[in-house]
Amino acid sequence: MDERLGTALAVVIGVPGVLVGYIYLTELVLRFAPDRRRSAIRPWLWLLPALLFLFAFLIFPTILTILRSFQGAVAGAWVGLENYSWFFGSPDALISLRNSLMWVVFLTLFTVGLGLLIAVLVDRVRYESIAKSVIFVPLAISMTAAAVIWRFMFDYQSAGSAQTGTLNGILSAFGLGPISFLQVETLGLNTIFLVIVMAWMWTGFAMVILSAALKGISTELLEAARVDGATEWKVFRFIVFPLLLPTIAVVSTTIVITALKAFDIVYVMTNGNFGTQVIASQMIKESFIFGNFGHGSALAVILLLAIIPVMGVNISRFRAQEALR
Amino acid sequence: MRHGTTRRLLVAFGAVALIAGACSGGTSGSGKSVTVIGTWGGDEQKNFLAMVAPWEQSTGNKVKYTGTRDINTVLTTGVASGVLPDLAGLPGPGQMAEFSKAGALKPLDAVLDVATYKAETAPALVALGTVNGKLSGVFIKAAVKGLIWYNPALHDYSASPPKTWDELKTQAVANKGNAAAIWCLRLGSGAASGWPGTDWIEDLVLRQAGPDVYNSWWAGKTKWTSPEIKTAFQTYLTDVVANIKDPTEAVDPTKDFSGGGDPLFANPPGCEVFHQASFITGLGAFKGKKAGTDYNFFPFPDVNTQFSGAVEGAGDLFGMFHDTPEAQSLMKYLVTAPAQDIWVKAGGALSANKNAKSYPDDISKRSADLLTSAKSFVFDASDLMPKAMNDAFWTAMLKVTKDPSSLDSVLADLDKTQTTAYAS
Repeated sequence: MDERLGTALAVVIGVPGVLVGYIYLTELVLRFAPDRRRSAIRPWLWLLPALLFLFAFLIFPTILTILRSFQGAVAGAWVGLENYSWFFGSPDALISLRNSLMWVVFLTLFTVGLGLLIAVLVDRVRYESIAKSVIFVPLAISMTAAAVIWRFMFDYQSAGSAQTGTLNGILSAFGLGPISFLQVETLGLNTIFLVIVMAWMWTGFAMVILSAALKGISTELLEAARVDGATEWKVFRFIVFPLLLPTIAVVSTTIVITALKAFDIVYVMTNGNFGTQVIASQMIKESFIFGNFGHGSALAVILLLAIIPVMGVNISRFRAQEALR
Repeated sequence: MRHGTTRRLLVAFGAVALIAGACSGGTSGSGKSVTVIGTWGGDEQKNFLAMVAPWEQSTGNKVKYTGTRDINTVLTTGVASGVLPDLAGLPGPGQMAEFSKAGALKPLDAVLDVATYKAETAPALVALGTVNGKLSGVFIKAAVKGLIWYNPALHDYSASPPKTWDELKTQAVANKGNAAAIWCLRLGSGAASGWPGTDWIEDLVLRQAGPDVYNSWWAGKTKWTSPEIKTAFQTYLTDVVANIKDPTEAVDPTKDFSGGGDPLFANPPGCEVFHQASFITGLGAFKGKKAGTDYNFFPFPDVNTQFSGAVEGAGDLFGMFHDTPEAQSLMKYLVTAPAQDIWVKAGGALSANKNAKSYPDDISKRSADLLTSAKSFVFDASDLMPKAMNDAFWTAMLKVTKDPSSLDSVLADLDKTQTTAYAS
């Protein structure tokens, strides 16, 4: 018998079996509990497997990482805050912090701004679903594939040769360039070019959610405003935009977290060379290339600290929205 | 209603948890298999599988191969967690020594026919696979670094190849023809961008200052700012970088080194001569061209004749993490001449085994001869350096190639890295 067949049988029959068995077991255990407590205990027993997994794969490793960040390159040697003082004294690490902040600011600005613009515009065209699909598709592409695609966009040939890169091709049609986009370190412009790749992917996400929220605004409200003589701009500025604000906040926080986690695009396109490194790429480099898990863990903790406030905002927004329903 | 949804969600969560549990319980059955992790993909992977096919047929065992470009990460975490393949390609001699000292790599002295292996393999390669007197890794594939490639259509160097660096410089200027520049150069290589530049410095150090300085340099005992190393960088900048078409293109992340020699075949040629290792014939435009008629090479000329006959090479090390009988049998098979013959016949690869002779063309045969007959053989210095040093070296090559005036500050930075990188 093919061993894959055995695995398939185990999954198809075994999993529901174990599941029912577990529920049966919890009911057996519950028999020992007093009647009125049962309904209070049952959810916890049902939650237990999930909580165990959450602890084993999320909370426990987080605690270990925090502890590790106070140890040196060799595990177990406590060095206090040395890894953190290294971070703030190393030019490479500080550039990665600057770049991560640039990612947060520009990615949010680009995706939410463009997403909102497109959502509002396509709301008025006949082929809305086609237009939205086209813009949404890049999100389905893997980051690595997107980075490879954009390498063709940013492709550089020395002056005088035919420019095969899309952007340099356009520039040369106007007699400009060529520009090596990924090497422009002035003002961290090359980081912004990397952000554009990510924005190309995530604009569709912002657009879809904002567009859904837009559909939720009652047309009577807008009609009433128009009847009262409001211009289209005023309708948008004073009615649509305030009503969209909670959704914009949720989308923004999601994008901010995505920006802080950015790694793949930097890794594939420049590997952090030419001053494009971000915190996540430095973390991988320190941990796995330099073998210094102390530095790597400190970077991970800094990234975590940066994400926590954003997550907090996101959760409280989410709660507020849930309460409204 | 809401309550019901929550409950169903919980059930779903539980199910996911239990599926994970159930899957891990599955056994692998009775068929004996050997897990192998390597860096080869595409054609190289196909060739490797062709190489192990006869072994699979004769023993009835199976090879389960996974290719990854991230082998360093996979093995470093594997050694820490204990989850390792049976056999694996090793990132370099440095990591091999670390894995061996950690006890993860099994010694091969009892596995291989050591006498035959030593007789068939270049001594320098045997020595590089040995840690504390124990054979820990074998070179399953080798490459000669520092070959100079050219297109015979522009000028055929085969009649009188340049013997010295100065000869090369004058001949290259004289035979430039309508080529846009003398040297082809591209340093891009994804996460390893910059390494083709490190090969340049290594070849120059080896031939300007000799193997002793070379060895003390990669071992961290010669400073980057010392005159020997700085001279190599200066030669690279004034003789090579000053004679390429466009430094910006040479270091651009959108340009891969594998296409570095493509301008040789353009009309008019983008450049005249191209410095790259023997494996370039399996990459880029070389792949569709005919060896000997469309492209050819001459060995890196001497700079200081005192050190004539020194060759730099590299290779893919292979080690064993689990000493099961099947893994031992596969390991034993891989280094034999018949197995290595299958490898080299496919082209693009050289064997460390002197008795592997089925090279597909004269060019591969000549580069294999360079490898086995070298008076002194040194291994790729950057691959021998600690990872942090190696990485800084790669980045440094991008910096100086783009901006030669940064040389002094780049070398000073490399010295700084040197003081910390060798500490652990």
